[in-house]
Amino acid sequence: MGEVIVVTSGKGGVGKTTTTANIGTGFALLGKKVVLVDADIGLRNLDVVMGLDNRIVYDLVDVTEGNCRLKQALIRDKRYETLYLLPAAQTRDKNAVNPEQMKELCKELAQDFDYVIIDCPAGIEQGFKNAIAGADRAVIVTTPEVSAVRDADRIIGLLESEGKSNPKLIVNRIRPKMVKKGDMMDIDDIIDILAVDLLGIIPEDEYIVISTNRGEPAVANPVSIASTAYKNIVRRLTGENVPLMTLETDDGFFARIKKIFRF
Amino acid sequence: MFELILKLFGKEPASSKDIAKERLRLVLVHDRVNVSPQFMEVLKDDMIRVISNYMEINEKEMEVSLTNNKSSVALVANIPVNRMKRGVYTQE
Ligand SMILES: Nc1ncnc2c1ncn2[C@@H]1O[C@H](COP(=O)(O)OP(=O)(O)OP(=O)(O)O)[C@@H](O)[C@H]1O
Ligand SMILES: [Mg+2]
Repeated sequence: MGEVIVVTSGKGGVGKTTTTANIGTGFALLGKKVVLVDADIGLRNLDVVMGLDNRIVYDLVDVTEGNCRLKQALIRDKRYETLYLLPAAQTRDKNAVNPEQMKELCKELAQDFDYVIIDCPAGIEQGFKNAIAGADRAVIVTTPEVSAVRDADRIIGLLESEGKSNPKLIVNRIRPKMVKKGDMMDIDDIIDILAVDLLGIIPEDEYIVISTNRGEPAVANPVSIASTAYKNIVRRLTGENVPLMTLETDDGFFARIKKIFRF
Repeated sequence: MFELILKLFGKEPASSKDIAKERLRLVLVHDRVNVSPQFMEVLKDDMIRVISNYMEINEKEMEVSLTNNKSSVALVANIPVNRMKRGVYTQE
């Protein structure tokens, strides 16, 4: 039996889809058999971020409604032997699926895959309930902003009330220079407030934008810092104890005043 | 420049990160209370249990709520006391 992990956040646009794509590809790079499930029905994006948008025939709703078999809806990523995507339906809405169906679906996928990663839609409504229904564990993505951390706190509470405790936190879009100037909350601040375990930190990295443009998740490109950060997160998810990576900011003029940041 | 002078005199304005942290702390106090409608009821029941060891209170008139001051949140309880119990406070 594989493990079902949901990537969620509450607030929109903080990096759930980016994280799902990179964690999934990261698992595939380790040779794990992994399927990414886009649970953002009506607003599918994971296919585009993965560069698999031109290969969709059937989608998640086709599977739950019995229009096709599960295997028919899975798209294999030709770049990686063991990576698959189950796309969301684009022309339907969240109510086209219910939590029971999602549980069934996750169970079935977990029989064939080492990891099932679910990209959750923003919000706390039906789409969220569907996305978490079949998950064994949750990864919460936030950014170092008041509104995103606040929503993460809400999500942690909701997960707990659904019996899914001990979610792990990813802080995305950290900018070391701003943290150093005292203009961005740092990791300790956020962890202290949310009282959850840290899974990892993703720096603000323009390579994320470039790789999204190309449809090739950044984790596969060793030149990006985000790549190392995501690789570490993936290894931690497999149970490996990976220390936080250190990165020094070096901003020229004040080059001597260096602070160490860890990812 | 002005900020530099302030810094020299040790009157550094709060960094925006500290402001963010403080705002977050306050907003989460309310959020966490409001997440569950039973929260206040459960807290009230617990308070009644503890206080009843020491005094007889009027549970019906008891009020417990959160109020906002400028930069803090306070738990305010108004608990009418009917009578004190005898002797509890002299033990040990
Ligand atoms: N670490 C990062 N550095 C730079 N850009 C980033 C980073 N993480 C995410 N982004 C950008 O932020 C935008 C939102 O990311 P993404 O689509 O992954 O968020 P989301 O949480 O899935 O959004 P939604 O709630 O709409 O589903 C994207 O344009 C993405 O490229
Ligand atoms: Mg998304």
